[in-house]
Amino acid sequence: MAEEVKKAPRPVDPNSAKYKLGKIAGDAYANAIEAKKAGKPVAWVSSNFPVEIPETLGLYTVYPENQAAGIAARGAGERMCNVAEADGYSNDICAYARISLAYAKLKECPEQDVAMPDVLLCCNNICNCMIKWYENLSQELGIPMIMLDIPFNPDYEPSRAIIDYVGAQFWDAVHKLEALFGIKWDDEKFKAVTEASCRSSRAWLEATAQAKYTPSPFNGFDLLNHMAVMVTARGKEEAGEAMETLLKEYKENHENGTSTFRAEEKYRVMFEGIACWPYLRATSRGLKDRGINMVTTIYADAFGFDYSSFDEMIAAYCSVPNAINLEKSRDKRIKLCKDNNVEGLLVHTNRSCKLWSGFMPEMSRQIGEACDIPVASFDGDQADPRNFSEAQYDTRVQGLMEIMESNKEA
Amino acid sequence: MYTLGIDIGSTTSKCVILKDGEYVYAKGLAVGGLGTQGPEIALNTIWNESGLTKSDIARTIVTGYGRNRFEGGDGEVSELTCHALGGRFVFEDLRTVIDIGGQDAKVITLSESGKMSNFVMNDKCAAGTGRFLDVMAGILCVDINDFEKYAEKSKSPASISSTCTVFAESEVISQLANGVEMPDLIAGICDSVATRVASLARRAGVRETVCMSGGVARNGAVRKAMEKELGVRIEFDPLAQYFGAIGAALYAHRQLTR
Ligand code: SF4
Repeated sequence: MAEEVKKAPRPVDPNSAKYKLGKIAGDAYANAIEAKKAGKPVAWVSSNFPVEIPETLGLYTVYPENQAAGIAARGAGERMCNVAEADGYSNDICAYARISLAYAKLKECPEQDVAMPDVLLCCNNICNCMIKWYENLSQELGIPMIMLDIPFNPDYEPSRAIIDYVGAQFWDAVHKLEALFGIKWDDEKFKAVTEASCRSSRAWLEATAQAKYTPSPFNGFDLLNHMAVMVTARGKEEAGEAMETLLKEYKENHENGTSTFRAEEKYRVMFEGIACWPYLRATSRGLKDRGINMVTTIYADAFGFDYSSFDEMIAAYCSVPNAINLEKSRDKRIKLCKDNNVEGLLVHTNRSCKLWSGFMPEMSRQIGEACDIPVASFDGDQADPRNFSEAQYDTRVQGLMEIMESNKEA
Repeated sequence: MYTLGIDIGSTTSKCVILKDGEYVYAKGLAVGGLGTQGPEIALNTIWNESGLTKSDIARTIVTGYGRNRFEGGDGEVSELTCHALGGRFVFEDLRTVIDIGGQDAKVITLSESGKMSNFVMNDKCAAGTGRFLDVMAGILCVDINDFEKYAEKSKSPASISSTCTVFAESEVISQLANGVEMPDLIAGICDSVATRVASLARRAGVRETVCMSGGVARNGAVRKAMEKELGVRIEFDPLAQYFGAIGAALYAHRQLTR
């Protein structure tokens, strides 16, 4: 039998955004592992906890959601979920939580190893499952958990009272960490971190906004990968630089009539929800083969933490996707659909993320009506592969495409 | 001109030959869908019935869950579009199709001009699909085609509160053991499917004329329960199970004549 010749992966240009972003994400994991070996403190941090705190204090960080996504994308989601379920965690619990709890027990997973934590930084602005997940980590690992409580905001804008409440907790978290590790807050460093975070955010917002062009200069699935840096490293100097490279590349693509979407762009959709990591290839191929480019997602807006004062920074953390009411969430998405000439909405009904998926049927109905676009949804899960059917996905995507096609003909 | 539509579902395969996109020239149905002999048997039925051969067919379109794996078609279209087209072929003012198939349930809305404008489908759960009814018929040892006859005799339909097929199975068994009459039990099962699917229909938005398609459409008990639930008349045609295949054949015809 002829031996299979594996194609060597194409070398990535070290000056490209892809290389720079990949390196930042990879370095963050590696640096935390090295730091741990050297006896320096490592924090596990929830994705929308203010990065300004660990970054200013010089703490090494690991983002368990990001780790779980990596593990799921590399095919180990089910194995890790099974470990957690065997310990009694229900399979109704978010798969990111199950994977992370399994990792805390096993302390290894070749698909994405991380440094073990000395402290947990938890913020519930994305969901309350986060609290129990981190409390359990804290119990199992015997380490402290610092909680920043940002409740769901039923009003359109965060009130003065909420900003004061969260602002006070911000400083409380800082003081606790100072006392825990004998470290000192430095206002100058804080200023530099906030500047870096805003710089990354501005470039990210502008880069993702390049989808306003038809064809879009990028495949929206790129955003799902690049966003890792916005989650984990937006407060770092090099993140701003890499995001600006991304923006430059997208602008050049537009000028040269090229795109990272490697097919003819016949239709443009918005993708709603977390990626279906275990089936990233199947979900992206199902779109690409039909000439459907996912040009935007709420992530394009969600990590735009651009602010000019402490209060504005706190307000930004109170305004992340899962912390805001239906009307505001809807309006942000309608804006993205309109700015980017979206012709259809594809909703991932994500079994893991109850909060996000729970208000989607009504929200997507309202978006569909406001933008006069068809909406299709499919079942899946961000990390547990047992909740997805490729045939079901395919039929719905095709149905969506056929409506978009007949809308074009009309 | 003859065009052929093949609808390969999860439990049955249907074929229809349309003449000039105007009337059903031949039709065939076989038990067994994707991955079985079903498509072949259904095709043999129409060749025998029509006396036509493959070379007489101007264009073939395949639809249904098996559409991507069937070789020998000229193209494939989703069953959503096909049910909309097929339904409109039979009911000219059609605005809503409620299709309950073997493994899914869908509600398709049509614009005034007859184009599919949106659709809502069930989630992964089998409740509210043909499979749910099949499982219940199996437990009760009643032919599914007799469900309507039984349900008509019901005085007080049993309440089947579990949506999960497996839980509903044990619920039905314990109701049987408690002496609930067969007609009441069957009416309750049909009501349970109807309520599930009616909520999908409400999400999609119900506009008259409404029709049912798919195998479950033949079950008058489910149809009536759904009419009661939605407060609208639901049209039925004996061709309901063929709407997907008719739509595919019509699509083929339109591609050739456009
Ligand atoms: S439930 Fe949703 S928001 Fe919460 S951790 Fe899981 S994926 Fe994130």
